[in-house]
Amino acid sequence: MSSLEIRDLHVALADSPEKPIVKGLTLTIKTGEVHAIMGPNGTGKSTLSKAIAGHPDYVITSGDVLIDGKSILEMEPDERARAGLFLAFQYPSEIPGVSIANFLRAAVQARMAEGEELDASGYYKRLYSKMDLLKIDRKFTSRSVNEGFSGGEKKRCEILQMAMLEPSFSLMDETDSGLDIDALKIVAEGVNAMRGEKLGVLLITHYQRLLDYIVPDFVHVMYDGRIVKSGDKNLALELEAKGYDWVKTELAAV
Amino acid sequence: MSNTDTLPPADETTDVNPVGGIDQAVGDFQYDVNYEFDAGTGLNENTVRYISSVKKEAPWILEFRLKALKTFLEKPMPTHWATTDLNNIDFDKIRYYLSQGQKPKRTWDEVPDDIKKTFERLGIPEQERKFLAGVEAQFDSEAAYSNIKDIVAKQGVIFCNSTEALREHPEIFKKFFGKVIPTGDNKFSALNSAVFSGGSFIYVPPGVKVAQPLQAYFRINAENFGQFERTLIIADEGSEVVYMEGCTAPKFSTSTLHSAVVELVALKGAKIQYITVQNWANNVFNLVTKRGVAHEDAEIKWIDCNIGSRLTMKYPGVVLKGKRARGEVVSIALANDGQHQDTGAKMIHAADDTTSVIVAKSISVGQGRSTYRGQVHIPKHLKGCKNNTECDALLINTNSRTDTYPAITVRGDTHAVQHEASVSKVNEEQIFYMQQRGLTEAQAMSLAVNGFVNDLVRQFPMEYSVELKRLIDLEMEGSVG
Repeated sequence: MSSLEIRDLHVALADSPEKPIVKGLTLTIKTGEVHAIMGPNGTGKSTLSKAIAGHPDYVITSGDVLIDGKSILEMEPDERARAGLFLAFQYPSEIPGVSIANFLRAAVQARMAEGEELDASGYYKRLYSKMDLLKIDRKFTSRSVNEGFSGGEKKRCEILQMAMLEPSFSLMDETDSGLDIDALKIVAEGVNAMRGEKLGVLLITHYQRLLDYIVPDFVHVMYDGRIVKSGDKNLALELEAKGYDWVKTELAAV
Repeated sequence: MSNTDTLPPADETTDVNPVGGIDQAVGDFQYDVNYEFDAGTGLNENTVRYISSVKKEAPWILEFRLKALKTFLEKPMPTHWATTDLNNIDFDKIRYYLSQGQKPKRTWDEVPDDIKKTFERLGIPEQERKFLAGVEAQFDSEAAYSNIKDIVAKQGVIFCNSTEALREHPEIFKKFFGKVIPTGDNKFSALNSAVFSGGSFIYVPPGVKVAQPLQAYFRINAENFGQFERTLIIADEGSEVVYMEGCTAPKFSTSTLHSAVVELVALKGAKIQYITVQNWANNVFNLVTKRGVAHEDAEIKWIDCNIGSRLTMKYPGVVLKGKRARGEVVSIALANDGQHQDTGAKMIHAADDTTSVIVAKSISVGQGRSTYRGQVHIPKHLKGCKNNTECDALLINTNSRTDTYPAITVRGDTHAVQHEASVSKVNEEQIFYMQQRGLTEAQAMSLAVNGFVNDLVRQFPMEYSVELKRLIDLEMEGSVG
């Protein structure tokens, strides 16, 4: 069992480090667990996931992030990725001229020891089986990464990459945004198929809807850069029923 | 050699380095050689007479050369539109002729480690590395060349060097030589016309389709590399030929000035494809004039890839002389620190219903600079001409530079012309996205650049495109951090 530990994390934009966005967030995710972070817009959810992945726009002003007790903050984004961290982007980048097949191949190769050769036929076999699972047309492999993709295609492409790279921890940033209900079901099926002892998931979402399909073990409410409430899946339902104002009022009362 | 004593004396200075001139601190070697056939440094009438007499040329060629020399000396540097870096060429310090067969001598141990490493990384075979580093003059190119030559000879194809062609096939040579690119076209075509040696001559008889690409690589390796090559390719009616020159390995030229002239003639219904991949050491001025004439229903396609050099100026062109002729230029340029790739294309429409296509992509890395210059000319009296131009520039670093100078002159109202240009920069989000998948920053950069040129690279022959990809990887390594 592995763990991703976020300790009293403070994050700001690199441009304005004096204005914190995440203000002391603590959370531990173990492999086998699915956590959901819910919260209103502008509360620092996306900032949290990008900062953990090492995005250069953000600076961690204090606190730590550890994988199996070892801090990852000194690591480059690619080292963190190879250490088992995956970020499913809310807005994935387009890479013109680079096919999905070649991109994933390079990513898989990057995880292999130097001198070790990728088995091409094995790779394609695995790629095709994952694509079938996510109901992605095989013609997709020759298309440039995310270029001209619909919102749903982009998200499925993210899940495909996650399936191929087999991370220990996946941070899924608003994976449900831009998806219609059919696409949402397919994406959820894909994630559910990957659930198990080897994967820990952090779902970041604004809406309860996604959690109907990917049922979390823990739900946390984030507000103003901190986790203000934690519970099980019922917390999400309560939140859906009462709205975020309920959290705000509760907080004000404390 | 018996005729040396009748020739002007070789340079008498103690300069042991035939390269001379321009700063050599970077990327090139110092040669310690003793050339028996050596025109010395500097350029005057004696130099030209010397070259012509060594080559035992006919009087008309000497006349041609001397006239060209006069033109060269009269013409000003084109610095009113081109970079003033040209003024740094010291013509008095350049050697204009080294005899063929005289090879530089050097041991493998003397080759700098970083160059050995580059060869290794590019996956160049051991024997070939030694040749490229100037240790060994040749490997099995001689055999490969004569093999190709014999095969195509059976179809009546002539494939030889320009000196041999002048001797053996003067009737064909004279008819086409200097017709596509006249001596006075520009200062450097005049220079080449005065001192040319080496280069290929190809004649393909009517209706013959040459099955395999003719590779200059083998021919040049089998001799010595010419700094003032003169290439002439004639594809007779209905014939087809593909010609490839250069290789992706860094070429350690013995000179800092390379100025070639390449003329192509595609007669009625003929097709010529000319593929170049060049990677010069970064102290080289590479100033090349390349042009083809396409007659009725003929097609000429230039595929040109320029990497390295201090300054490259090269604008492959097609004169669309016959009806329905087609011209195409596909160009990739990569300018790294201290390099300026000034490249582009020229399309001169001179008949009805002619079509031209230009696709140019450039990449500027670090303080590298790329310039696109395009000329498209469609006069008023013609009908139904088409041109499509697309030039895209990719900037890698914030201090990289690119300029675009398209000159399109279209008169008349039955033509269709389209011009698209774009400049993009590899953005931080893209790189972060790829890094998040486990690729290092350099790998991510390489992938982005390879993606940018991918549609063009696919037009190169397989072995070239694989080498190109590796070369881009290597060029990108120093661009980050």
